[in-house]
Parts: sequence; structure tokens; C-alpha cells
Amino acid sequence: MGYSLIPIFVFSILWGVVGIICPIFAPKGPNRGIIQVVLILTAATCWLFWLCAYMAQMNPLIGPRLSNETLIWISRTWGNKINNTQA
Amino acid sequence: MGSMFRSEEMVLCQLFVQPEAAYVSMYELGEAGIAQFRDLNPHVNDFQRRYVSEVRRCSEMERKLRWVSGELPEPPPPPIPSRRMLSPREINMLEEKIDYIESEIQEMTKNARNLKSDYLSLIELKLLIEKTQTFFQDHSAQRKLSATVQIYNNDAVFGHLGFIAGTVATSRVPSFERMLWRISHGNIFFKQAQIDQPLKDPITGHELQKTVFVVFFHGEQIKLRVKKVCFGFKATLYPCPATYKDQQEMLSGVETRIKDLEMVLDQTEQHRRLVLTNIAGDISTWMLAVRKEKAIYHTLNMFSMDIIKKCLIAECWVPKSDLYIAQKALDDGVKASGSPIPSILHHVPTREIPPTFNRTNKFTRGFQTLIDSYGIASYREVNPALYTIITFPFLFAVMFGDVGHGLIMTAFSAIIVIYEKRLSKNKSDNEIWNIFFAGRYIILLMGIFSVYTGLIYNDMFSKSLNLFGSSWMNVYDNETLANHKALELDPAVAYTQTPYPFGLDPAWQFATNNIIFLNSFKMKLSIIFGVLHMAFGVTMSVVNFNFFRKPEMIYLQYVPQILFLMLLFWYLCILMFMKWTMYSATATDPTYGTSCAPSVLITFINMMLLKGSEDSPPCKAMMFDGQDALQKLFLTLGFLCIPIMLFGKPAFLFWKARNQKRHEVGGERGEVPAGGGGGAGAAGELLITQAIHTIEYVLGTVSHTASYLRLWALSLAHAQLSAVLWQRVLRYGLARSLAGSVTMYVGFAVWAFFTLAILVLMEGLSAFLHTLRLHWVEFMSKFYDGQGYAFMPFSFAAIIEHDDEQLAQNGAPPEKKDEEY
Repeated sequence: MGYSLIPIFVFSILWGVVGIICPIFAPKGPNRGIIQVVLILTAATCWLFWLCAYMAQMNPLIGPRLSNETLIWISRTWGNKINNTQA
Repeated sequence: MGSMFRSEEMVLCQLFVQPEAAYVSMYELGEAGIAQFRDLNPHVNDFQRRYVSEVRRCSEMERKLRWVSGELPEPPPPPIPSRRMLSPREINMLEEKIDYIESEIQEMTKNARNLKSDYLSLIELKLLIEKTQTFFQDHSAQRKLSATVQIYNNDAVFGHLGFIAGTVATSRVPSFERMLWRISHGNIFFKQAQIDQPLKDPITGHELQKTVFVVFFHGEQIKLRVKKVCFGFKATLYPCPATYKDQQEMLSGVETRIKDLEMVLDQTEQHRRLVLTNIAGDISTWMLAVRKEKAIYHTLNMFSMDIIKKCLIAECWVPKSDLYIAQKALDDGVKASGSPIPSILHHVPTREIPPTFNRTNKFTRGFQTLIDSYGIASYREVNPALYTIITFPFLFAVMFGDVGHGLIMTAFSAIIVIYEKRLSKNKSDNEIWNIFFAGRYIILLMGIFSVYTGLIYNDMFSKSLNLFGSSWMNVYDNETLANHKALELDPAVAYTQTPYPFGLDPAWQFATNNIIFLNSFKMKLSIIFGVLHMAFGVTMSVVNFNFFRKPEMIYLQYVPQILFLMLLFWYLCILMFMKWTMYSATATDPTYGTSCAPSVLITFINMMLLKGSEDSPPCKAMMFDGQDALQKLFLTLGFLCIPIMLFGKPAFLFWKARNQKRHEVGGERGEVPAGGGGGAGAAGELLITQAIHTIEYVLGTVSHTASYLRLWALSLAHAQLSAVLWQRVLRYGLARSLAGSVTMYVGFAVWAFFTLAILVLMEGLSAFLHTLRLHWVEFMSKFYDGQGYAFMPFSFAAIIEHDDEQLAQNGAPPEKKDEEY
């Protein structure tokens, strides 16, 4: 399983705060319930959406097919450490 | 929970009011807009109702006011809202005032019209004289006749010829001439000259093209015939002198008269304008007061009169939380009228189904309208609009995901929302604008979520953003790169083994095999969200069962439904999650390598068809041990749910009915249960209904799950359109020299236009529609009853909102859903 803990923690905690902590502090008034539902649903859907995008890329079964110009360009500008001769 | 969770509790009230106190009470109830009155005199003719004369009086005043406001040069300013209510004496004074103003303006208009027609005649006469001068000069040169003139019966006689001069509409001249020629057998001489500048018709204000004509004839008979023809063709005849000297005299006289008349006309117009400006400010306020009064009397007509107690009785639906407002309104009425007899508000317990009322504010109203368009919720059933606030924009955004387009949408709606107070004051007739304005919060949320999903899809005008560093890298050396035009990166070596932290990797946007990866990802995503949305919908029915005290239905309907859905389709989603985690390019065991990853869809289909698949080494057909047995178990359990769904509810009702009957029959012996025949028929109908529901649900799980794939389809279409637009339109302006700047200038305009028109507007509308369908059909069909009717209270705000549209025949206030902003 290829994953990194940091993004998982960061985003889970972020949406956790939005969806679990913030509703507790929703302002009292006629709209309290509406605000709570809005926060919970937003957090749940956005977190799940992020999770699906993350998990789909953890173990990719195919890679991108790039043109040779693009490959030269990304190895120069994105600075990924690569074993390359005379890049 | 919040106020939108389910519709409000309504109470049927009876009001007993004294006629004197009724007006004030109704005024307050109209301002508050909390009571829906029922017509207690449905069989009474409109003209026999109690307050028909008052309604008629109000209609008259309204008509007069409307006529006066039509005379105003520009639309009147909006009314000043005044809470103060007009007493009957003030209304009488207002009526007199309106009467006086109307008659004054009418008289002024009539005078102006008379003056204008005089003016027109004088102008025509002047032009006539000028034009005919040429005729007569011409004539004398040709005929060399003497200049003796005899004035003969108002017609001039030139020499031995008589002539008639006048003007006629230019369009009629050819037929006029032809007719004259015919009746006179060619014995007339017709001369005409068109007036160049068009003249103004006094009555209609239209411009007329007129032609001056002179007809020369000989004899009395022809003169009469010519006169008749002139009358038939609506030509105006003028006395025209023949000699030059007389013509000049007449001309100067006419010119002085014209000048005088112009001055008088000017002053009349000024006076009229002055009067109108004076009342322009008040007209809207009066109109409002008159409309309110008419609405009050129309509603009072729905009351019934109790002769014995000499009071008016009304029945109305009031939300329970607003009862105190109704009580206060009644008390104020009693206080204002000074009557010693109090008004009574009395709850009536009833079995009738109350109207459905959802209290909304300006933010939630749009979403509630979306749901109500499908069908008004049954009384006190759970309200899907509360969840729609987020699920609707979210599902829209899944289909629309693009940061750039999302930003455009957000900016547009944010501007409308910030300036909403100012914009709501201009009442526009443009339907499209009104729709956009009413849905401004929906569009705002849609835009915000689209920015988020655009960031996850990493798509901004078809370009990707590299915020965190890509996980893909180049592993090929120069020689390989030089010899191959395109190369595929192997995830085993070219991948950092850690995914891009937020969203899709930016490298994918450059890839030619982009679609293969995206399809797999987006399809799985759509199914996951689809199954969750549907499960949510089914669970909503539990809330209803709980509230309406049908706990048995939870076991007989909800449990089999949710089990069927989850055992089959949530298992599919779990397989997806498993495939994402278990199979990798870097796996040491080839069974879990890239070439052995099974197709989740094929696995699912084989499961449903009970088709075993064989291992082809090194790949295994199953993903984990015991999968085959587990799948068969799920399938069996799922299909066992079907008979429970089919027979559960009818069996339960049948058993309950039998228990009741046994109870009754046990009490009274020897009595044949009368409901035997009816029972069988009712049971049959129940079975059929239940069978239909079961089939609908079971087939629905499959078809609706597939229906959620539209999330993938529209997202794909949007991304492709965006990419095409960039590559085929905008790209041509980049990376060129001087010529490129001009191309860029034009190209950007074209690109921006198509981005807005096709990608934001058209795709936005399309995604909106599909999201609406997903909510109405796939989500709400799982639990929504929607058999209610809307609460339409007696409310001044609603009536004023619909001021120019749909006034009912008898002047009834038009029906309206709920209060406007």
C-alpha cells in the first residue's frame, strides 16, 4: 500500500473539525439545526471525495503516457530526482 | 432539529369576530400572513356575498388609479410601506380624492384632444393654402381665365369651374382619384401634392401622411357626387380662396391662430403634467392601500354570518407556533373597534389533512422550491430540502468540476448576493433574470463546491495545478527520449509510491492516456456516491415510520430494503476500495500485480449470475479467500429480502385485521363479520400495490445505481470540451511572435465567449438538470410521499408580489406558495 500518513491525517482532521467539532458551536437560533446539517454533510461529502481521489492513486496500475518533450520538460522543471544521463 | 426537518404543525382554528372588529383583525392577519382561510360560503354566488359592494368599490378605485398611473409619463416610484391602517373614514376620503383626480385628468385630456384636432385642422389649412397657390397660378397661366371669384355655397368658383380643396390620407389617394374619375365619367380635374412632414393624429398620437388635393369640376351634380366621395374617403374639406390676395390674408390669419393655439396647447400640457407630478408620489401608496382593502373584503366574504350571535365565523389553518400572532390580531381588532364583546379563537380538532408549511428564509427558499416543484411533501413527513442544501451543489460539482468555471460561477452569484437588496427592488419582467436571482444561493453553493471538486480533479480551464509536487517522474535517458515520440511511465519505477496529497496528480493532464485512468476513477467514484445517496434516501423512510408510529414497517420494509441495497451494491463499493489497496505495480507477489487486477464489474456480474470463474495462473479469479462463499451468502440473503418486501406488509395488515375482528366477534356472538367480501378485495389491492412497490424498488436499485454513472459521463464531457476549447482556440495565440499577439487578442475573445456560453451556461444548465433528476428520481423515490398541498396564507406580501399577474375574475387575491423576499 503506497500512502503517506501526513496528507491522510491533515485532511481527515480538517474535515473532522468541520464536521464534528464545528456543529457543536453552531449559533443558537432557529437555524441551528440547518447549520449543523450543512456542516456535517459538507464535511462528509468533501472528505469522501478527497479520500476516493487519494486511494485511486495509491497503487496506480498504469502510468501517464507523455510525449518526449513533456518528459524532458518535467525532468528539468519539476526537479524530481532521477537517474538520468545528461538531462 | 432545525425548522426544516419536517413541515410545521398546523392547527384548524375557528374565529368568532364582531363585524366592527373584523376589519382591523384581518388587516393584522394580512400583514402577518399566517392564516389560510377556508371558504365557508362555497355555494354562494359572488354577487350575493356580504361585502360585495365594498369589493366593487375597491375595484373601481383600483381601475381609476391604474388609468391615472397609465397617464403618467414614467412609471411611478415604489410605494412607501406604511404600517398604519386606513380607517373607513379615511378610505372614503381617499375614494373621493381618487374620483376627483380621475375626472380632472380626464377633462384635461379631452380638452387637450379638442385643441389638438383644431390645431391639426389649422395646420392642414395652412399647408393646403400654400400648396394650392401653385395650382391656381399654374392654372391661370394655362387657361388665361379672368380673376373673378364668386363665393358660392362655401365652395369657390374659379372662372366657370368650381373646385373643392382638402386633405386626404396619402395611402387612400390612388383609390380616391380613381373613384372620382369613375363617378364623374372623367369630367374632373384632380391635382394633388403630398405634404412632406407627417402630421400628428390628435386622438391616437400616430403620425399621418396626408396629401393636399384640389378637384376642379363643372356643375352642381358633380359637386354633390364629389362631396359624397370625399365624405366616404374621410377627406377633410377646407374653404380655400382662389385669388392670391385672399389666400395671403387667410394664410396670415391662420398663422396667428396657429401661434395662439400652440401657446394654449403648451400651457394645457404643462398644467396636466403638474397635476400628474403632484400625485405621482402618492399613487403607489394609494394603490397598495386599495389592494389591501380589497383583499381584506374578499377574505371577509369567505366568513359566514351567525345570525343568532350576530358575529362572523371563520375557519382557518394556522401554524401552531404562530397562534399567538392570530390571538394578538383578534385582540387588537377588538380594542380598535371599542366593542365590549371579545373575539374568540377556538381550536377545532379535525381529521382533515392540514396543508404543508415549511418556514424558509431567503437562503433555504430556493432549495425548498426545488423539492416542491416535484411535489409538495405530505403533512409532517420528513423534508428532503434540508439535505438538498448540500447534496445538490455537491453532485452538481462532481459533474462540473473545474476551478476556472467554478470561480466564474462563484463570482457571478456572489455579486448578485452582495447586491441583493438593491437588485430585488427593481421588479423585472425578464423571466430568465428572475430565475437566476431567485436561485442565487444555489448558484453560489454550486460554484464553491465546483471550485473544490475542480481542485481535486486538478482541472482549471483544462490545465492542472502543481501545488505539492508531482509523484510521477521521468526515468528515460536522452537516447530513449530522442528515439520515441511518446513514452509511458511505468508505475513500478517512475512513481514515488506516494500519491499526490490533494486531488489528481498534475502529470495526468498532459497524458494521452488520460481518459483510461480517469474513467476508472470517476466511474468508481460515481457508484460509491450513488449507493451512499440511495442508502441515505432509504434510511429517511425510517424517520417517517418512527414519526408516524409504524415501527413494524421498519422491520417489514426498511430492513429488507437496506439489506438488499447494501449486501449487493455496497459490497460492490467495498470491492472497489479493496482493488485500490490490494493491487499494486510494486507488488512482489504477481498475484497482486498490475496484470492480475480483476475487473470489479466482471466480478460483480459473475456474482449475480452465479458464474464461477477459473484461475489462470499466476492470477487468481477471487480477490480474497472465501470470496465465493461470501458472495453466494450475500446473494441469498439479498434475494430472501424480496419476499419479505413483497408479503411483509400485507401479511401484517391482514393479521392485524383478523385480530381486530376476533376481538369484535368475541364481544357479540352470532354476528357475521360484514367486512368479509370487502376484506378480500382490499387485501388483493394491497398485494398488488406492494408488488408494484417491491418490483419498483428492486429494479430501481440496479437502474438507479447505473443512473449515477451520469456523474462520470458529464464530468468527462466537461473536461473534454474544456480541453478542446483550449487546444483548438486559445493555443493558437500562444508561442508566436508579433502576429501571435493579434491572434491572441482575437483568440482570447473567442475562447472567453465559448467558455461562458458553452462551458459555464450550457454545461451548467445541463449538470443542474441532471442533478435535479438524480434528486427527484433516484433519491426521493426511496422515501418521499409528496401528496400534500401547499399552505397559502392570506398575506399582503404575496398579493402585492403578484400585482400585475393573474388577478382572478372576481378580484380574488391570487394564490401564492410562500412569502417572497
